[in-house]
Amino acid sequence: MKPFTSLARAMLKGFFRDKMAFFFAVIFPLMFLVLFGGIFTDQGASRTDVIQVGSVPVLDEAPKEVKAYLDESLDITRSSDEKDAVQKVRKGDADAVISQDGDRLVVRYSQADQVKAATVQGTFQSIVQSVNLAQTGEAPRFTLTTDRVEDDSLKSIQYYTPGLMGWAIASGATFGAATNLVVWRRNGLLRRLRLAPIPTRSVVLARVAVSIAIAIVQAAIFLGVGIGLFGLRLTGSWPMIIPLLVCGTLAFMAIGLLAGAVAKSEEAAVGIANFVVLPMAFLSGSFFPLDGAPGYVTAISKVLPLKHLNDGMLDTMVRGEGPSSAIVPMLVLLGFAVVVTAIASRLFRWDD
Amino acid sequence: MRGRDATVVMTSPQGVGARLGFRLVGVEIRVEGLVMTYGDVRAVDDVSFTVAPGEFFGLLGPNGAGKTTTLEMIEGLRKPQSGSVRIDDHEPWRREPALQRRMGVQLQSSSFFERLTAREQLDTFGALYGVAAGRTDEMLEQVGLVDKAGVRTEDLSGGQKQRLSIACALIHDPEVVFLDEPTAALDPQARRNLWDVLRTINASGRTVVLTTHHMDEAEVLCDRVAIMDAGRILELDTPAALVRGLDAPVRISLAPGTLSVDDARAIAGGDPVTADDQGTTITTREPSRVLTALAQRDALDGLSVKGASLEDVFLELTGREYRA
Repeated sequence: MKPFTSLARAMLKGFFRDKMAFFFAVIFPLMFLVLFGGIFTDQGASRTDVIQVGSVPVLDEAPKEVKAYLDESLDITRSSDEKDAVQKVRKGDADAVISQDGDRLVVRYSQADQVKAATVQGTFQSIVQSVNLAQTGEAPRFTLTTDRVEDDSLKSIQYYTPGLMGWAIASGATFGAATNLVVWRRNGLLRRLRLAPIPTRSVVLARVAVSIAIAIVQAAIFLGVGIGLFGLRLTGSWPMIIPLLVCGTLAFMAIGLLAGAVAKSEEAAVGIANFVVLPMAFLSGSFFPLDGAPGYVTAISKVLPLKHLNDGMLDTMVRGEGPSSAIVPMLVLLGFAVVVTAIASRLFRWDD
Repeated sequence: MRGRDATVVMTSPQGVGARLGFRLVGVEIRVEGLVMTYGDVRAVDDVSFTVAPGEFFGLLGPNGAGKTTTLEMIEGLRKPQSGSVRIDDHEPWRREPALQRRMGVQLQSSSFFERLTAREQLDTFGALYGVAAGRTDEMLEQVGLVDKAGVRTEDLSGGQKQRLSIACALIHDPEVVFLDEPTAALDPQARRNLWDVLRTINASGRTVVLTTHHMDEAEVLCDRVAIMDAGRILELDTPAALVRGLDAPVRISLAPGTLSVDDARAIAGGDPVTADDQGTTITTREPSRVLTALAQRDALDGLSVKGASLEDVFLELTGREYRA
């Protein structure tokens, strides 16, 4: 057996026999996928909870086409106690109280949930307009057709799988390289290997190969669970995630090597790796989309390697972009790997 | 002490192995004017010595004496700041694979791959040196770990780990073996067990260099020892010659009640006599005269004679005060 293969085998066995490492690299991120997949399954389909007090002819005697819209967007309960109804809205148990005073439709809502507040206002605005139009007896001149830009299948799972997978691969590569370096330096194996008749690069290449193999296992498990349990649907150029995760692994191994070169103990290496990877995962949209985030957050995210890994995987896996959309993220990740490895190698020590 | 004339080892280029009829594999090590400084500290200060092929050589000294740094320069882990190390005319710091294949190194008993079994460690190290897989069984046999082959290194005892790390150092049948404090932190049984392993290695003609701060170990194993302190070699000779050179008195102890203190004083002549409830002790440089007199009085029951040991030489050279 050649030195490279035997070293790689030794490292792989070491990883798969380390239950804690396996748990944090594979099971832990997968728990988030299951959690998010369960929480956000039918997001967007929720109707507005409305309490109707007294008779509301606008709703009760609405024409047929308006009635269909009402059933689709409102969940109406009736009550005669107005005070109690308003109290329910205040506590967030209902979204709005609706009553009619002559020709005025009165909507009372809570500003606590601003998204709901806007929805409530918009919904009743359009109901009033529709009823007014129906009263004139004329056919509407303009009609509205909506169509979302993503594939029809873009449910929340489509967004979370690439992001959480990026996070899993990033932490796997970082922690693997950091702890490996510290443990081998402390137990003297690094010096022992230095005295073996093998070039240093076979040790480095073996570690790179093992990290990539672990990343592929992580991706396979993620895709398996996503497709099997949550109906994840991959788009055409999804195989591009393989070169993407190779580049991502290199970039995060470089961060791990830097953490391992600086840290004096295994605990410190894990701490530094966590300190870098966890905030980066939030800022790179691994856990939730950054669409609503302020401009400076988006600006920061652009210099983070994980953001580029996530974007590349989103584009190729679920957004249906062509294979070329992975090229820029890959180049950014490789550039990152080169720069950070250069810094790490300057700080590298063979022994304590 | 081994029944071997160490001066022959020094002068014969063939070494002990060849003299005893074994195949000659050991290499010669020449260390000249070695210096290594860390900041203001001269960790190794002008160290020179030669280790003959097949010799068992010990570097002895208190912690911080510079033994390990010296050994690391010989192994090739550090480039000497000045001076030179040659192993059969190769400079080890150049890390030539051809030389590294002839060297076996044991650095720390913990230098293993994580979570591999004893067998897997040997297989992996074997592959690094390009040896056939069959060697693993041979080595497990040689260090007595056959029944521990499937046990992960984390679950081995200290002595078993030491033996395994020595087996890993020997997997490629090296001509010279370097051991850094191989018996540190072992219990007496495990130490003696390991001594047997080390003797076997040397008996097959290999050159062995070890560092230790156990005097008894150096005395039992080594053909010659270099006593180091503060980066310098203070003495270098066979253990027997070092002890003789000390010219230390012999302590003859008698069991309580065998002889009155006055009688003991009479026999001792001018030599010091001490008595307590453990017995009476005569400290003398003329043991034969005292022993003869004791035999005439039939006072030999429960008698013990203690000569100087390498430890006395060591303490004489490095001082007795405690250094933290």
